[in-house]
Amino acid sequence: MAELNRPQPEPQFATRYPAVPPAFVPGDRVRVRKAAPLGHIRTPFYIRGCAGEIERYCGSFPNPEELAQMRDGLPAQPLYRVRFRQQDVWPDYQGPALDTVDVEIYQHWLEKA
Amino acid sequence: MSDRGRYQPLSYFQLMEVSLRELLVEKGVLTEQAIEEEVAAMRARTPERGARVVARAWTDPEYKKRLLRNGTAACEELGLEIPALRLVVVENTPEVHNVIVCTLCSCYPRVLLGIPPDWYKSRAYRSRMVREPRAVLAEFGLTLPEKTAIRVHDSTADMRYLVLPMRPAGTEDWDEARLASIVSRDSMIGVAVPSPG
Repeated sequence: MAELNRPQPEPQFATRYPAVPPAFVPGDRVRVRKAAPLGHIRTPFYIRGCAGEIERYCGSFPNPEELAQMRDGLPAQPLYRVRFRQQDVWPDYQGPALDTVDVEIYQHWLEKA
Repeated sequence: MSDRGRYQPLSYFQLMEVSLRELLVEKGVLTEQAIEEEVAAMRARTPERGARVVARAWTDPEYKKRLLRNGTAACEELGLEIPALRLVVVENTPEVHNVIVCTLCSCYPRVLLGIPPDWYKSRAYRSRMVREPRAVLAEFGLTLPEKTAIRVHDSTADMRYLVLPMRPAGTEDWDEARLASIVSRDSMIGVAVPSPG
């Protein structure tokens, strides 16, 4: 990890699961991985590959992809709300540049942008 | 008699529901009574619960701060049981209008708003609200100025959302109960705004 001394973000909802440490703080620029694994995935297709900004760290929750396979989903994954400009998501977006969409995304789907 | 009255064969999912329910009862996992009680409890939850939260936030600025910080704890303060629900409350302002959708399925804060309307679960709403929110809002009768940002929230994981609408002008001397009476389900999803009329 490049920035070990960064302060850990405060979760909006603290949980007690053993968890992967959060790698991002609000304001960080991130990109959603453009991947297409099989299974129960809670990262919508339309947002994969898009870049946005961490809006908040929600807390850490069991990985739903693992839960769907009847496993415990641990260690829990940090969950963020990421804010995207609609014009970045849809190149032909009809509305003004201020319009955004916020999506909840687990850390293992995010990389630094 | 050739008239079959209103008979309709069960759909695939109705048949599955009946089969699963009967199996669970036969195997002693649940009782008919427990199922009926749960269905009754589900029906008893109505958007009036969410409206109480909104009206309190409109009349108590400190409560509003707590609600925006942690929606779950703020609902529990009002005696609303919302087990396992992590509630994120998003506030409308003159600059920002919020609207909720779940593009993956139909996640919805049922404990505060009751059973979701069919349109919320429709493929059209779920796909179009993220793609062309202004056009969809216009179809609901809500046209917002270009200088108001539309902030769509896609409820994809462990959070559930409630929109805190703006308190309409002309309600300054209203009490909490009267305020709650104008907070509609749709205004807490973000496809409408309350009006004092």
